[in-house]
Amino acid sequence: MIVGDLKPIEEIEASIRDCPRVLVLGCRGCVTVCNTGGEKEVSVLASQLRIASQARREQREVREETIERQCDFEYIEALLPQISDVDAVVSLACGAGVQHVAEVAAGLQRPIQVVPGVNTTFLGAALEQGVWGERCQGCGNCVLEITGGICPIARCSKSLLNGPCGGSSEGKCEIDPEVDCAWQLIYDRLSVLGKLENMTRVLPTRDWSTSRDGGPRTRVIEELRK
Amino acid sequence: MSTDSRLKRLLEAGEFVVTGECGPPKGANVEKLEKKAQCLIGYVDAVNVTDNQTAIVRMSSIGAAALLVRMGLEPVMQMVCRDRNRIAMQSDIFGASALGICNMLCLSGDHQKFGNHAAAKNVYDVDSIQLIDIVRRMRDEGKVECGDEIDGVPRMFIGAAANPFADPFAFRVARLGKKINAGVDFVQTQCIYNMDKFKAWMRQVVDRGLDQKVHILAGVTPLKSLGMARYMAKNVSGIELPDALIKRMKDAPKESRAREGIQICIEQIQQLRSIPGVHGIHLMAIEWEHKVPEIIKDAGLYPRPA
Ligand code: SF4
Ligand code: SF4
Repeated sequence: MIVGDLKPIEEIEASIRDCPRVLVLGCRGCVTVCNTGGEKEVSVLASQLRIASQARREQREVREETIERQCDFEYIEALLPQISDVDAVVSLACGAGVQHVAEVAAGLQRPIQVVPGVNTTFLGAALEQGVWGERCQGCGNCVLEITGGICPIARCSKSLLNGPCGGSSEGKCEIDPEVDCAWQLIYDRLSVLGKLENMTRVLPTRDWSTSRDGGPRTRVIEELRK
Repeated sequence: MSTDSRLKRLLEAGEFVVTGECGPPKGANVEKLEKKAQCLIGYVDAVNVTDNQTAIVRMSSIGAAALLVRMGLEPVMQMVCRDRNRIAMQSDIFGASALGICNMLCLSGDHQKFGNHAAAKNVYDVDSIQLIDIVRRMRDEGKVECGDEIDGVPRMFIGAAANPFADPFAFRVARLGKKINAGVDFVQTQCIYNMDKFKAWMRQVVDRGLDQKVHILAGVTPLKSLGMARYMAKNVSGIELPDALIKRMKDAPKESRAREGIQICIEQIQQLRSIPGVHGIHLMAIEWEHKVPEIIKDAGLYPRPA
């Protein structure tokens, strides 16, 4: 899933300073699962914004909505009446959701600010209750079959293809004693799988053009296009 | 294909070589660089020039190495994968070669988190092993990474680092094997304080015949003080400093601890010389370049061969 952190309230406040009518918009996708931008978080943020404006004796109306997915025009458009009626939308979706809502809002008669309430951080997985870890960087050319199911691009601090570097110590990465060394994990996994030869051959330079380095990526399935 | 490297020539002649190290200044202070380098003339066969080590911005390794060439020293230009993509790397290798630099060391590089620009973006387009492979193909096949022909082939003698003390220990020799397969000519190790562990590593190296395929230079760093010994033991990942050495520094009278550090270093050099497969030492006297002559003389490694 896509994981994110809620922005500090002061930052959100600053981005909607002169907006008397605000919609806090949640998403039932990834951000609900990682407890960042679902219905519950929408309600908490909306109350905080109300309290903050009361404390400043400002008139402000803060509405709350949560839709199925902000990364689909269909669901956003169903909410058009509520969006067209406010001065600002604080989106608690990932960066993709915020941009989609902003695009819809840009087509409306009045200028409506769409601002992010979340710092989108990574593609990850739940490690335990309340803990998520980065697992993938969407490089567009997956090597997990070689590395025993552990991603060197996302999980090695230097994205090394031929690790571990000289900083690997007691299973931890040189950057932080709390961070696992991905290449120690890969070594241990490949040992268990009897596939250590995957680590002894030199993996050649990569073609990063499948990644963000090749420019923004688009996926098209012709049969599905109307 | 041959290079004009003296380091290569001496290693191939079976000499026990000495390489030193010179960290460029945090600015364009040429005088400071030359002063440091001056201490090394005649006492080392080649000098590593670090590439923004610990991710602190300094004069470029290529610029500083070119200045050393001007002084008559033979540099080993270090190049890390942190700051350049394959385009910049290959371009700098052409430039370095044009400036008379004929040895280089391919490194991953310390993460920028340790330096003075922790907010920087890192590159890691290629890793150190892939960089070795790129430089070898440039030299031996006359081609850049994409396969295009080179106009004026850079004749680099290719080095890499090896850290026998990093984990997983069991994989460390295999990793050296990968560097050899990629085309490395010589390796310099992390500084060695745990002699037993280094010997164990070297035994594996020799058992696999890897010492026949690559020149191994054992890294040594003299301890300047008890504080430095304690700091290295605790804070530098990838360095193992046995308690016995710390005790030895502690037991020495305060005013003679610096000499004790040098004495330890000399003894280490003597031990390293007797280990099969070790073809030289890499002396990293960090901010202590003026002590290099003393160490090299007392270790019986002076004068250096021509
Ligand atoms: S190799 Fe690429 S696609 Fe596969 S998990 Fe890693 S970043 Fe994601
Ligand atoms: S210590 Fe491990 S995870 Fe960290 S940069 Fe080195 S190889 Fe990658």
